[in-house]
Amino acid sequence: MAENNRPRGPHGPGGPHGGPRGGYGKPKDLKGTALRTVKYIASNPLLLIAALICVVLEAVLGVRATYMQKPIIDGITSALAAGQADWPGLAASCAQLALIYLAAAACIYIQANLMAQLAQKGCNRLRKELFDKLQELPLSYFDAHTHGELMSRFTNDADNVQMALQQSVIQLLSSAVTFVSVVFMMVTLSPMLFLASLVMLGGVMAVFAVFGKRSRKYYSRQQAALGAVNGNIQEMIEGLKVVKAFTHEEQAKAQFDALNEDYRAAASDAGFYSSAIMPIASNLTNIGYAVTAVLGALLAMSTGINAGFTLGSLVIYLQYNQQVTQPINQISMQMTTLLSALAGAERIFQVMDTQPEADRGQVTLVPVEKDANGTLSKFSGQGRPRAWAWKVPRSCGITLVPVSVKADETLFELGQADEENGALKLLPPGQDSKTGLWVRIGQDGALTPLTVEEMAAHGWAWKYPGPDGAMGLHLIRGAVRNVPGEEFCYTELKGAVRLNQVDFSYVEGKPVLKQVSVYANPGQKIAFVGSTGAGKTTVTNLINRFYEIQGGVITCDGIDVKDIEKDSLRLSQGAVLQDTHLFTGTVMDNIRYGRLDATDEECIQAAKAANADGFIRRLPEGYQTMLTGDGANLSQGQRQLLAIARAAVKDPPIMVLDEATSSIDTRTEQHIQQGMDTLMEGRTVFVIAHRLSTVRNADCIVVIEGGRIMEKGSHAQLIEEQGRYYQLYTGQFELD
Amino acid sequence: MLRRIASYLKGYAGYAAASPVLVTLETVCQLAIPLLMAQIIAQGIEQENMPAIWKYGALMVVAAIIATITGGLAARCAAYAAQGLGANLRRAEFEKIASFSFADIDRFSSSSLITRMTNDVTNIQNVCMVCLRILIRAVTMLIASVALTLTISPKLTLVVVVILPIMAGALMLLMKVCMPLFEKMQQALDQLNETVQENLIAVRVVKSYVRENRERDKFKQANDNFTSTALRAMLRMVAMQPMMTICMAAAIVLVMYNGGNMVLGGELDIAYLQTVVGYIMQILMSLMMVGMALLQYSRAQASTRRVFEVIDAQPAIADGGRTDLPAPRGRVEFRDVSFRYQSEGAGEDVLHHVNLTVEPGEFVAIVGGTGTGKSSLVNLIPRFYDVHGGQVLVDGVDVRDYPLDGLRGRVGMVLQNNVLFSGTIRENLLWGREDAAEEELIQAAKDAQAYDFIMSFPDGFDTSLDQGGVNVSGGQKQRLCIARAMVRKPAVLILDDSTSAVDSATEGRIRESFRENLKGTTVIIIAQRISSVQYADKIVVLDEGTVADVGTHDELMKSSKIYKEIYDSQQEGGVENG
Repeated sequence: MAENNRPRGPHGPGGPHGGPRGGYGKPKDLKGTALRTVKYIASNPLLLIAALICVVLEAVLGVRATYMQKPIIDGITSALAAGQADWPGLAASCAQLALIYLAAAACIYIQANLMAQLAQKGCNRLRKELFDKLQELPLSYFDAHTHGELMSRFTNDADNVQMALQQSVIQLLSSAVTFVSVVFMMVTLSPMLFLASLVMLGGVMAVFAVFGKRSRKYYSRQQAALGAVNGNIQEMIEGLKVVKAFTHEEQAKAQFDALNEDYRAAASDAGFYSSAIMPIASNLTNIGYAVTAVLGALLAMSTGINAGFTLGSLVIYLQYNQQVTQPINQISMQMTTLLSALAGAERIFQVMDTQPEADRGQVTLVPVEKDANGTLSKFSGQGRPRAWAWKVPRSCGITLVPVSVKADETLFELGQADEENGALKLLPPGQDSKTGLWVRIGQDGALTPLTVEEMAAHGWAWKYPGPDGAMGLHLIRGAVRNVPGEEFCYTELKGAVRLNQVDFSYVEGKPVLKQVSVYANPGQKIAFVGSTGAGKTTVTNLINRFYEIQGGVITCDGIDVKDIEKDSLRLSQGAVLQDTHLFTGTVMDNIRYGRLDATDEECIQAAKAANADGFIRRLPEGYQTMLTGDGANLSQGQRQLLAIARAAVKDPPIMVLDEATSSIDTRTEQHIQQGMDTLMEGRTVFVIAHRLSTVRNADCIVVIEGGRIMEKGSHAQLIEEQGRYYQLYTGQFELD
Repeated sequence: MLRRIASYLKGYAGYAAASPVLVTLETVCQLAIPLLMAQIIAQGIEQENMPAIWKYGALMVVAAIIATITGGLAARCAAYAAQGLGANLRRAEFEKIASFSFADIDRFSSSSLITRMTNDVTNIQNVCMVCLRILIRAVTMLIASVALTLTISPKLTLVVVVILPIMAGALMLLMKVCMPLFEKMQQALDQLNETVQENLIAVRVVKSYVRENRERDKFKQANDNFTSTALRAMLRMVAMQPMMTICMAAAIVLVMYNGGNMVLGGELDIAYLQTVVGYIMQILMSLMMVGMALLQYSRAQASTRRVFEVIDAQPAIADGGRTDLPAPRGRVEFRDVSFRYQSEGAGEDVLHHVNLTVEPGEFVAIVGGTGTGKSSLVNLIPRFYDVHGGQVLVDGVDVRDYPLDGLRGRVGMVLQNNVLFSGTIRENLLWGREDAAEEELIQAAKDAQAYDFIMSFPDGFDTSLDQGGVNVSGGQKQRLCIARAMVRKPAVLILDDSTSAVDSATEGRIRESFRENLKGTTVIIIAQRISSVQYADKIVVLDEGTVADVGTHDELMKSSKIYKEIYDSQQEGGVENG
């Protein structure tokens, strides 16, 4: 049997009695959850109804089959009494019995077959919807829920729902029908005897109630003890090397023994109560059987076995008497299964009902062609596009306006105006001036006519309201395509990123970033330095909009990132993150993850740039070596090199390097420095590194402490200032 | 295998022995009931004999009561025996694992050891429970029912003889068809789970590369694959129940028809007709139970094998027997040492012919790139691994001759991937030496530059650490680990890249306190930073598993190309911070 790879936390489930009496969870909203769950098997209502009809038929036929023994036995006894054998009658009755059983078997087969299909398909849909939904959830959701927790939605919860859909529902219906039919038959056969059976039924139910309650109590005790012992096993085995380094084996054994014994004691009792229910209940039924048998015999004698309460009646009554407790047991068992399955379903639905990542952005990233004059046109060619542009619908609330840029980068909007009564009157955008007069609009609204030079040097900017409602202008640095009549305008993707007075907190009331402003022009390298937890990584997580900011504004090429479609925004950025994660697949697949249409050549080129080519070639099968378990067969440093290659293949204008070389020793880092430089060239780069050597040549170093920017400037400037960076650099201050 | 498992019932053997006896008793009492019922009909109703009805009725009640009691007790015994077995197996495993060498741990891997101690033992436990109760019960039922049917009517027993093999054959055929499908289903399920897990772990990568749709496709494929394999298995398995129904129906109809004829022919009392039907039902049911139990048993065999693999493992390192040990001085010598990790198959040598002597009280640093064998070298000193060739001597004695606790008592080591355990800071420091006095703890904490931050916690030394010590930062954790090793007061203290998360200034202070307070102690450190090693008495430069150069900082700057390169790579950026 394959090793079970399901993650199982130290406190995860896994009791030794994982059977139907295992889980005891209950859903909070029983009705709503049940109705919603049913929808998953009702994808084809006709089949479901057919299956349910088969269930009812099968239950009724089962009761009927038992009843068929009465005419056979009565036929024999009356024949014996009459002294002549009725051979054909016996044969006919037996044939009828055989037919009933055949019909029942057919019903069972059809029902089980249909339900298996419905349940499997329903569960397939449930898992698919869950997974699809999971892809839409914001990162904050994954921060708040552990992997183990989300995994168990797919494993335990989905499994339980499937079992419940396939079996519990059917069993419950079947048991209910059987119970009612059997009771009906018993009452019909002899209301008097039924009174005796009723006492027995009461006894059996009491056993279920008492033992069930005990079993639940001990089960939760057992689970707690199991959690403790499994937690201890996990901790000790993971820390085994330390245990051995300190020759702490004996103490570890003693601690384990105590927990192991606690668990054994608790599990023994839980095991007893859960497994004693069946033998005790069935034997109680036997006591009832004995009592009923005596009473029935007396009844049969008093009426005579060939009339009234016949021998056949007695025989089948006793069989019904045995059968009547089975549905009760079934119902009690299936209810627990069903409730815990519904509790699981409810947890799954909770995930599905979570608010997905907000995305109202309408600006998208599209490939374009840019000619020598800087004119943008639709990408029509084959192969890889060379240039990308933001495609902005004119209707989305941000408008393209001509501006004039002063030397200090202040922007003035331009507009066309007409002279009217000796004064200039600004025309609405789109309306041409009769005289072709362009004016500059001052901050106070004053209009100044433009000179020809100013006119020629005009730029473009986006105009839209900021978070405070005031209109703002945001300069566009690349080429612009603004053709009147076209529904969209296009601006070149350059990679300018601006954070303006950004406030952010993961948890409300605990601000992580306060009033952070960082400006990165295309091609600049911005480095973040600060203690662990100062907010460095957080800044990079906001640029790609993993999280939503609470105050301020972040723009990419002048466009508020909230107006950019998330996928487009992220496609414009590449990241090599602190924790490197690789996927099951070949090395080549993993590099190609950066850009799915990259050729083998391009992937190898990227690997070379990241200095990963050497070690990849030394792997058993080179680029075709399979990586499994998150690249477990590679060292941390090698994994980082692959992650760098993956980002290089993506070739985005904006790059985030979050401790990208932390696990690579300094000598190797030197060797890949060239690759890293190539990777950073011509891009806007955000770097986070503990090693100050890595950040030294940044255009701007941002020192963050406690969510605020302490200092900003180039290496030389900051050394000059002799502030926190200087202290860090000279080793006077501890980063921790 | 069974006998092997049974030997782990120690302490619970009484329960294990009582359970089958009780189950057998319960079964016999249960089987007596239809027979007594037949007597009620035959001797009571047919003869119109009231006392006979009362007598057999009373006997039935007695039999049912005995069955109730024995049934309950059997459940209790089985539960105790199974849980006892589980506890003993876990204990045996834990004991063995505690004696594992590092090589054994690497060979099995932690996650596999955890599975073997949890899931696998649970599987064995469940099988034990099933065997003690269901299997024994089914077998008893089968044999007794056949015997009773034979005594009532050998002719009707023929029905069993016909139906039983048919049913057994059908069951086996179904199993044969379904087993491989179930295996495939398990594989598909593993793949499905793997897809989800990978997605969850790498959620940031997925999002930043906008690969959600690709992940969706991947999942859809795995999900559909699982559903179709599961459905293929299920749609065959659903044949089981109707098949059983038909077999039972055939038995009932055959008994009814033939038995009826026999009654009409005067060969059989009608009272026994029902009894035979009842027994035949029991026989067929029992057969099914035996099948199920055997299935579960065969499934648990893999678990059994894995558990015994651990218990039977020969730890790669055994205690040396030498008792006349030299006084701890702290001299370490490598004589022509070669080493390889055996777990990696044929494997290449990680260290080749290393010769190195560390004198008592020396401060020695080992530097070199990733994968040059630095950790491997120091791991040989406390004998975490055994050399492949040559000798490692501590205080002039081969480490293989030491009793392990004697050796590790004098060689303290701070591991690279270190862990703290759940418990308080004090408890963790006491791992160093159980009987350490409070002053010693405080001194060690001060020397490791951990005292100040420990005291900044409201509970000081009594601050409790979560599992794995997650509520302290990386640098703090490393300092606690250093303190823990210092409490031990070893003759040789080894630090395997244990200050990587500690900043240079603090590290400098730790180094300073080593100089002042550990004068007689030999200190061997592995470090990345030149600043951490440049004041060492001796710096060893490793390259590709061999000692490339040895000397002081100044000497090496002149003579060692590699050392110079490492130095240069760190100079350009000035000081780095951990």
